[in-house]
Amino acid sequence: MASPLRREDVAKVAKLARLTLSEDELDLFTEQLGQVLEHAKDIAALNLEGVVATAHPFGLINVVRDDVRRPSISRDAILAMAPDAEDGRFAVPRIIGEAP
Amino acid sequence: MTLAPEWETVVGLEVHTELKTMTKMFCGCANAFGAEPNTQVCPVCLGLPGSLPVLNVRAVDLAMAIGLALHSTIASSTFHRKNYFYPDMPKDYQISQYDLPINSGGYLDLPDGSRVSIERAHLEEDTGKSTHLGGSGRIHGADRSLVDYNRSGVPLVEIVSGPDIRSSAQAHLYASELRGILIATGASDGRMEEGSMRIDANVSVRKIGQPLGTRCEVKNLNSLRSLQRAIDFEASRQFELINAGGVVRQETRHWDEGLGETSTMRTKEEADDYRYFREPDLVDLVPDGAWLERIRDTLGAMPAERRAALRAHLTNPSPAQLDALDVVIDLGFDDYVLGAIAANVDAALAMARAANELATDVDHLANLTSDAFATTLTMEQSGQLSATQAKTVLLELLAHGGEPRDIARSKGYEQLTSAALGDTVSEVIAQHPDEWARYRDGDDKLAQFFIGQVMSVTKGQANGKAVIAELTARR
Repeated sequence: MASPLRREDVAKVAKLARLTLSEDELDLFTEQLGQVLEHAKDIAALNLEGVVATAHPFGLINVVRDDVRRPSISRDAILAMAPDAEDGRFAVPRIIGEAP
Repeated sequence: MTLAPEWETVVGLEVHTELKTMTKMFCGCANAFGAEPNTQVCPVCLGLPGSLPVLNVRAVDLAMAIGLALHSTIASSTFHRKNYFYPDMPKDYQISQYDLPINSGGYLDLPDGSRVSIERAHLEEDTGKSTHLGGSGRIHGADRSLVDYNRSGVPLVEIVSGPDIRSSAQAHLYASELRGILIATGASDGRMEEGSMRIDANVSVRKIGQPLGTRCEVKNLNSLRSLQRAIDFEASRQFELINAGGVVRQETRHWDEGLGETSTMRTKEEADDYRYFREPDLVDLVPDGAWLERIRDTLGAMPAERRAALRAHLTNPSPAQLDALDVVIDLGFDDYVLGAIAANVDAALAMARAANELATDVDHLANLTSDAFATTLTMEQSGQLSATQAKTVLLELLAHGGEPRDIARSKGYEQLTSAALGDTVSEVIAQHPDEWARYRDGDDKLAQFFIGQVMSVTKGQANGKAVIAELTARR
């Protein structure tokens, strides 16, 4: 079993998720998320010998569609929903750094 | 500065290729380059809440074709979410393959006889495209960014090589051969200038025999030339650093084509934690034997095999002839060339006309039958058409279709066949008895004089070789 969740783990996850947490919230979520992870111990305690990992409840495979065009939506409609647009494109604040 | 003799460059390449599908990977929006911004978008590729991805079967077919061409193991695979925040990725995650890619292992044999291993070739979706305004035009200094999501969700295959490449020239060869394979499988159009094939290079240096050195990943390589230059620069930089007692830091670096150098984008300490997890909206992809066989049946010969087949028709080829051969392979003109060779046309001539004339008008190849190509070259070879005339006929065939003989006749070229040319040569000889005498006495240079005279009389429509044949026959 992995070591219990630490406060700095929560701070790191919050940062990755672009969430600003107060000191109190960090304490609160460390405890709450820790409880969620503790729950995994209940499963780890079971004998899972021979049980295949399940990623999907229905056991579906190969759900695909044909390579056929479907209508796109109107640019005016979509840009109208954006906070800002210019030259038919979404305008966003200056990007610092390049895409990962 | 070049590396000291006992040092070597080690390179692994990550090649992203957009797949040539009609539609995007998870929605029915068009996958087409060059449309007006944001006209090929829908809730799925804009990442709007509640939308669900459905996998495009054609993208899977093409990924499997790439895997077969690279001798990979094609196995059951899954999709993951790669989480990061960047405006060109509206869902805030990219759907990719992580621990179970569709293609694992494999290799690519290069024309120089070397073999580069393939670690994996997995499916993922492309991002949108950002344009950064203001400042220098580069990202740093931009005031705001504009985003076009037409490319968002376009299917990609990322092909990761092993660290087997030992020089920038070999990297160039690998990328070029891989590009040929991607075109041959129908997976990609290989257009680097349109971004449909993009390359990142992992570069390190080491003393030969030592363990691998710390690598830097170089991004923004938009041409094979950039790839080669960037690797040379980066290897020298690392070698100089180590030579001066420094240590190479693992980081991502940006290639600046104008400056001809790489610079730090981000270091490993700042590296993103992508928090991969299974994409709950997509199920496992399990290609069965029948599916695999269906794809295998659609695969034609790969470039190496086709190159060898055509190369066998050339004797001691010149560099220019080998270049023409590469163009023929690259553009898939094999059938034209082989058809002409079967009609007894010289292989080098067939490849030259294909590489030079056909390559200028690839959009209209449907107008030119293999027979018409062979007929035109046969006419050129037999002297019925001069080289210039044959080229004109080919371009005319490409532009409007038709029969070579009809075109030659309509342009007045056929008047110069045998008898007419013979008469003209006789006339010219009669008008220049002194020159003819000297030519007969062995002054070969005068052949050019007679060709010039015949060209002048025929307004350039005679075939130089045919004129020489006529002269020789009378000598």
